[in-house]
Amino acid sequence: MSQAVAPVRHVLITGNKSYHNITEDLCVPTEKSPTREWIIAFALSAAFLGLYVFAICWTVWKGIGEWGANRTINWAWDITNFVWWIGIGHAGTLISAILLLFRQRWRTGVNRAAEAMTIFAVICAGQFPIFHMGRVWLAFFIFPFPNTRGPLWTNFNSPLLWDVFAISTYFSVSLLFWYTGLVPDLATVRDRASGFRRKMYEFFSFGWTGSAKHWQRWEALSLVLAGISTPLVLSVHTIVSFDFATSVIPGWHTTIFPPYFVAGAVFSGFAMVQTLMVITRKVLKLEDYITINHIESMNKVIVLTGTIVGVAYLTELFIAWYSGYIYEQFAFYNRVFGIYWWSYFGMMFCNVVSPQLFWSRNIRRSIWWTFFLSIVVNIGMWFERFVIIATTLARDYLPSSWSYYRPTWVEISIFTGTLGLFFTLYLIFTRVAPVVAIAEVKSILKVAGDQYIGPDAKHDGHGKSHGKSTEKKEAEH
Amino acid sequence: MATESKKVLYGLYNDEEDLKGAVKTANAAHLDILDVYTPFPVHGLDPILGLKESRLHYLGFIYGAIGASFGFLTMTWVFTRDWPIVFGGKPYWSVPAFIPITFEMTVLFAAWGMTITFYTICGMWPGVKAKSLDNRITDDKFCLAFDVTSATDNDVDKLKGFFSQSHAAEVNVKTLD
Repeated sequence: MSQAVAPVRHVLITGNKSYHNITEDLCVPTEKSPTREWIIAFALSAAFLGLYVFAICWTVWKGIGEWGANRTINWAWDITNFVWWIGIGHAGTLISAILLLFRQRWRTGVNRAAEAMTIFAVICAGQFPIFHMGRVWLAFFIFPFPNTRGPLWTNFNSPLLWDVFAISTYFSVSLLFWYTGLVPDLATVRDRASGFRRKMYEFFSFGWTGSAKHWQRWEALSLVLAGISTPLVLSVHTIVSFDFATSVIPGWHTTIFPPYFVAGAVFSGFAMVQTLMVITRKVLKLEDYITINHIESMNKVIVLTGTIVGVAYLTELFIAWYSGYIYEQFAFYNRVFGIYWWSYFGMMFCNVVSPQLFWSRNIRRSIWWTFFLSIVVNIGMWFERFVIIATTLARDYLPSSWSYYRPTWVEISIFTGTLGLFFTLYLIFTRVAPVVAIAEVKSILKVAGDQYIGPDAKHDGHGKSHGKSTEKKEAEH
Repeated sequence: MATESKKVLYGLYNDEEDLKGAVKTANAAHLDILDVYTPFPVHGLDPILGLKESRLHYLGFIYGAIGASFGFLTMTWVFTRDWPIVFGGKPYWSVPAFIPITFEMTVLFAAWGMTITFYTICGMWPGVKAKSLDNRITDDKFCLAFDVTSATDNDVDKLKGFFSQSHAAEVNVKTLD
């Protein structure tokens, strides 16, 4: 505990790296032939992707009567899965945008992969509402365009249409943000490659040279994109929650939904980032860039958002009781003790109780606990959406239409299939692009590298500016 | 984009602080720097290079304003002029319900507009061949370049002298077309 530097300055890059080491370590995974683990994982994911394609063809051919959804529970697994995936897709932009605005340096280790994950998760999410339309070949009707049907426009007052705009904007803006960040790193890969690979990366790196003016504009662009992505990411899940909150269904019609959904989305998104990062850092040997400090920071976000979600659950129950409105009270009584009681308790345990373990520093810094709890949280967040959607609809206003929902094999296949789609895309991504932002890691090396700060710092600040060398001296104490 | 070929004399430095020092020396000697290339954004370089702050964010605001007006006015036109429909007894022009889409359109236009502008003004598009001086610039070398297309031998010697004086690790000449 002899650190003289402020404790907020965590060591984020270990192993005494030089700039060249960083390039080397982060580019090599895209250059070597795939490892056996990768091939096995890819084959498995692709198999599930195949299952997805099959189940989707089945759905389109036979109609959505093949799903377990019925007239009472007309939103079931599909929308549960949609909201679950969209939630997962929130961490990437949160890490890259909000943490950029807050100047959190640890974002550099994980932002690239988290943003990629966001994009893939949104792709998975989009599948569900699109195929739930039934006649999917008419899916383009959701966009307002001058047409020969009147022209008949979309209903701009409907939260479902807001969702179309929110999610398509979110997807395309995330893609721009991610790709613009990737361009300088693709140029790094390009400059190391030869032959066909070089041609390919030349095409995709857009002729990046690293000119000072380009970097300046690139930073200006990143900052503004971060600035507008921050309200965007908050708006997306807010609007998803409007799908429920603006309805007149007891149990859905609550004003707490927007903040509660956003916190839940961040919570599940970080859990998924943890699941992926713990594996990625091990398999691609990136322990020096995605350190225990990164993992701990993310676990802190998980415990915070998990607690917010917990408070929201309890507030909901309290307000339902306090409202004195019997339909609302029944909806919540039914949610907790009704036919789907097991999913409510699963949700409570996974989302509220389990993340509290992260108050312990040892658990927060343990890879195995992190991995285990990240899976638990993802299961819990799936339960949350199921609880909100299926249990509410199963007991509607008319007791004669009360029903019970069970998924069919088609729905289960589509859901596990989207996991296959997600991991297939992620695995391809790890092969073609650096999973850690090379340029951004280099830019924090001198303020977060273990040879500059922390207990083992040894550099004397040769050739550094005046301000920096005093920092170094402090670090050496 | 001008495509005339340029003869460039460039020096490579091993550290961003060496590069910054060299830029300052070059400024003091009134040398005309063509460009500086770095593997990552080096902070503190812009002012000494005399680069003005990027105006990209003003454009971002303008694109956002266009998006907001476009979204809001389209919805207004559709629901009050083109095909008015009563939804749930609400007024045709139900402004609060238009806000989410107006917001999304603002973000969409600002993000796409700025990104497209960024790539266009930097002359970067898919398939553009990089006018790269050295492969190691995207790795760990910091490059300072001078245009010597029409320079005399005397000028070139002076620049080479400057490079050795400012501890450049390497000095090379390359023609860019």
